[in-house]
This record gives sequence, C-alpha cells and structure tokens, in this order.
Amino acid sequence: MEELIQHLTPILKEIWGYIFPNEIELHWGILIVLYPYLTGLVAGAFILASLVKVFNVKELQPTYRLAMLTAMSFLIVAPLPLLAHLGHPEKAYEILITPNSASAMAMFGFVYAWYLMAVLCLEIWFEYRRDIILWSQKETGIKKWIHKIVSLFSKDISEKAIHFDKKWVKIITIIGIPSAFLLHGYVGFIFGSVKANPWWSSVLMPIVFLFSAIVSGIAMVLVLYMIITPIRGKQLDILCLDKLASYLFYVMIIDFSLEALDFVQRVYESEESIKILAYLVSNKLFISLVVIQLFMGMLIPLTMIALIKIFKSPPDLKKMVYFISAILVQVGIFSTRWNIVIGGQLFSKSFRGLTVYKITFFGLEGFFSAVVIFCLPFIILYILTKILPPWEEVRNP
Amino acid sequence: MENNISQTDKKVERRSFLKKLAILALAPIAFGFLGSTDKLKTIKKWMLENGYVPNNHKWGMGIDINKCIGCGRCAVACKNENNVPQEPFFFRTWVERYRIYEDGDIQVDSPNGSIDGFENWRTNKKMLRSFFVPKICNHCENPPCVQVCPVGATFKGEDGVVLVDSDYCVGCRYCIQACPYGARFLHPETHTAEKCTFCYHRIVQDKLPACVEVCPTQARVFGELNKKASPLVRFLRMNKIGVLKPSLNTEPKVYYANLDMEVK
Repeated sequence: MEELIQHLTPILKEIWGYIFPNEIELHWGILIVLYPYLTGLVAGAFILASLVKVFNVKELQPTYRLAMLTAMSFLIVAPLPLLAHLGHPEKAYEILITPNSASAMAMFGFVYAWYLMAVLCLEIWFEYRRDIILWSQKETGIKKWIHKIVSLFSKDISEKAIHFDKKWVKIITIIGIPSAFLLHGYVGFIFGSVKANPWWSSVLMPIVFLFSAIVSGIAMVLVLYMIITPIRGKQLDILCLDKLASYLFYVMIIDFSLEALDFVQRVYESEESIKILAYLVSNKLFISLVVIQLFMGMLIPLTMIALIKIFKSPPDLKKMVYFISAILVQVGIFSTRWNIVIGGQLFSKSFRGLTVYKITFFGLEGFFSAVVIFCLPFIILYILTKILPPWEEVRNP
Repeated sequence: MENNISQTDKKVERRSFLKKLAILALAPIAFGFLGSTDKLKTIKKWMLENGYVPNNHKWGMGIDINKCIGCGRCAVACKNENNVPQEPFFFRTWVERYRIYEDGDIQVDSPNGSIDGFENWRTNKKMLRSFFVPKICNHCENPPCVQVCPVGATFKGEDGVVLVDSDYCVGCRYCIQACPYGARFLHPETHTAEKCTFCYHRIVQDKLPACVEVCPTQARVFGELNKKASPLVRFLRMNKIGVLKPSLNTEPKVYYANLDMEVK
C-alpha cells in the first residue's frame, strides 16, 4: 500500500484541470496495452495463414506454417498480461465457472478456449499430421516419442486419410476466419462498449481493432520470416515478400480509412467531450498518436511500400524497405494500443482535466513484467519450430 | 451374435464414458453456482432474522446543492465509518466546489475530496456564481458497473443498492472504467473494487448513512423512493430535480435539487 501511495503522491502535482479524486490512480497500465497487441497478432497471423488455404494465394505458402505457429505462440501468452494485472489472479477461475453473462469480459475464457482448441490446435494438427508421422518413423529417441505423442499415435497416411486431413484444414480455416474476427473484434468490443468513456465508446472500435490486428499480424510474420530465413542460411522468396507487402499495404489502407472515418465522425459530431479529447490529442498523446502511430506507423510505411511498387526496384532495396516498414508498423500498432488503453484513462470523466500515466518498472504490473511477457511468445515460437518445423524443405513430398 | 453383443457393450461403455466426462466437465460450474447461491442465502438469512426485508425497500438519496456549505464532514464521516484509506486517492463520497466567473472561466476543485477544506483563491475576476456539489455513487437503476463485472461480484440488490461482494471480486477494474461518475476505486489493501454502499450495514438497522447523519445543513436526504411518507419523496415533490449525465441512461437514484448545467 505504501508503495502505491508513494507512486500516486507526485502525480497530484501533475494534474491539469479538475479530475475526480478516484481517477488519480490509473487502473489499466502497460499490461492491458500488451493484451490487445498480443491478441491482435494472433488474429492477424491467422488471417494471413487463411489466405493460403481458403483464398489459394500460392505465393504465401512459405509463410503458411510459420504464421500458424506464430499465432499459436502469441495466443498461449495472450491471457498472461490479463492474469498478472488482476488484483486477485488466484480467483481468475471464477470468470470461467461463474461468469456474468451480461459482461463482455466474462466471455473472454470461452472465446479464447474456442479459438485455441477448436481452431488453432485442430488446424495445426491436421496440417502437420502426415509429416509428423513420417518424421517419427525416421527418428529415434525422445524426438520420435514427442512426435508420436503430438500425432496422438495416429498412423494412417493412406491417400484417403491425407485427403480427409486436407479437407478438414480447409473447413477449420473457414470456421477460423470468423473466429479470428470474433477473437479480436471482441477485444475491441470490451473497450468500444464502455459508454462512460467517449474515447473508447465507438461502434467502429471492434472493426478498427480487427484491421489493425491484421496489419500487425502480417507485419509480424514478415519480420519473422525475414529474420529467420537468413539465419537458417536459406534464400528469401521474393515473390512471397512482394505478396506479403502488398497485403500489408491493402489492409493498412483499410485500417487508415477506418481510423480517419472515426476521427472525422468525432470532429464533425463535436459532442460534449470534444474539447477535452482535442486537448488530450494535441498535448498528452501528440507524440504517441500523431508522430508515432500516424506518421511513423502508418504514413511512412505506406509511402515507402507504394514507392517501391511504383518504381521497379532491385530486390535488395525491396527487402530493406519491406523490413523497415514492417518494423515501423509494429511500433505503430503498439502505439495504437497504447493510445487507446492509456489515452482513454488520461482524461477525467468530468471532462475538465487530464492526469498522467507514470509507468512502474518493477512488480507484477510493471515495465519489466511486460517485457518478459512480450518475449515469451518468441521463446515459445522457437520451441514450436523445433517440434513442428514449418520450413518448406523438411516437408515430405 | 456374440459380435453383436460386444458391439452393444462397447456402445454402452462409450455412452457411460461420455456421461462421466460431461459430469466431470460440468461439476466445477455446478459447484461454483451452488457456492454462490449458498452465500447469498446466508446473507439473506441474516437480514431476515434482523427484520430487514430487501424487497420492501427502494433506497435513494436527495442532495440539495443550495444547502451544501462544503464543510466536508460527510467525506470525513464516510472514511471513518467505512474504513476507507485516509490517503487522498480513495473516496466513497467527496464534495466539489464550482466557481463560474463572468468571463466564462470555470474552476472546479476538491482538495482531498473536501476533507482539507477549500482554499480561498485570490483573483480579480468577477464571480458569476459559485456552489458546492457533494458526489457519491448514484446507485443507478441501470448500472454499467454491474453490467460489465465478469464474475458478478458487483450487483444491484432487491432494495436498489449497488454493492460489491469482495470475496468474489477478482480486481479486474472493469467496473471502475465503466462508472461514468468516478465513484469507484480499488482498495489498496484488499485489491478489490470499493464504492459507496449507502452505509448498508447501517440502513439494514434502520439507521441513516453516515454522510447524511453528520451533514450540518441537511443537504443530504436519504430515504425510500416507493413510500409516500418518506422524506426523500417529499424532497422530490418540493424541488426541481436533476441527475448526473442523464444522457447515459444509467437512471441514477441520487437526485440533485438546484443542479447546475456545469456539473458533470
């Protein structure tokens, strides 16, 4: 308790205008910024993977399995920031066993479980089954057993069985697309449905979340593919990169239009909250919203990719531009989450003042905890690629 | 024939296995459900034994802004009565001062929720009007905090009072985000959501909430909404009434007399 008081006391002096006394403590910190960022990557990576299976975009085949494993790694970690920020993590199970059906947040467990079990696990299993069986036949020792267990001891690799697998991968992907929309659209709804908060309360919120999720997912797979492939000593598939960058570009255009629409609508309607929100954007959020989210994370990558597409450029320049763009997009999307979550708590519901967010470094809800949680998916992805290598060359013909 | 029998056996086995699996999966949910109803029953039993029947009441509060002198006794009494931490970040009730100047400038403050008193700022500007506004949980008829609570820890009782069951609260703070009035906080020691209960422990014993009890000018009126003889109904009859943020459709049960347009 004393730590909290020490943390809050200096904030008293930095308050601008009038805020309700209970609003001095800002409740959703960096962990809640991380949560929509992580689930966004899951949904985005999955949508990218589904382009291969449902929409038959052959060029993206090299990243299909990597995208699936990326989605899986981030999904495993996604509930951690939520859990760590609870006042009583040990009681979290109550959300599952006595959920309040009127609460958007209570549905989290069900949406999450559905997505993990019914979509990702199943699709990965059907996709890899034949390969795992063939790998385990050639291997010895612990690896053989791991693969045997992962394949759930199935042995049938007859043509009929493979056909069955393929059919189901497609069916699950088709179910998976609305599920991914549900997973992340729902996260947007958690914020968009808070009518007390004019910064969050918007019917566009779930859709904006969704498209920014797809943007971040594509960019993340692009970055991972571009880092991992040279490390493995392989050649980058430039056709695949071109296609990834194109999709990134198109989805960013949609995302940008949606955000612009949201902005125009707010300014044009000019409701009661407009003054304080305008002050918020031009002061506290200027760097993170206008500079990082809009210019660095959106306009610069869009312009760079557009220029590369218009003027035929050498592959090396293309690669560099794609890579830098994707990194900028990541920073931009993280900033988007920050501006929504933190920005929405910086102004008072009295519409008369602003507060500040002072990040703590240590403790369960601190900066270092967020860094650890952010690094976990990459470690999990590394382990997953050892068990289920997503590389084209280890695929059995 | 034998083959047939063993096949039916297998079917039966599978069926009973699936049944067991379903029971196993549903058991924790059932237990959780039974546990929660059990707890409500014990609370109800206590209240009934003490002669309090929630169904017979519908509580609300009236606040006359013209009567409030900003002494902050209510905020002090509330903190003492309800063990609210003394630090200036946690309040179940507080008083705001509004000063509206002739040039259109508006200043609002509430130093330590009014407990420390209000400073007299010197200014050359001419005052148009000034007044104090006590704030408290509105015990909304349509409470957003109850709607969003993922575990149902915060609920509206049959007597209309919005309460928090701290044994259930997981500390997710969604209710704090959902409250349009800033009436909630996270208790720094229990790490669960906290708010005004209309001094529930007092009202079930036919006593007044602490803030109402101590108010020297009787700016606060507590009482029944459904009983004609109640002082609150008289308050509603004798005054022009406003509620906070009516556009949000929360339907507050804290009613203000002489509410100013600048109060949010």
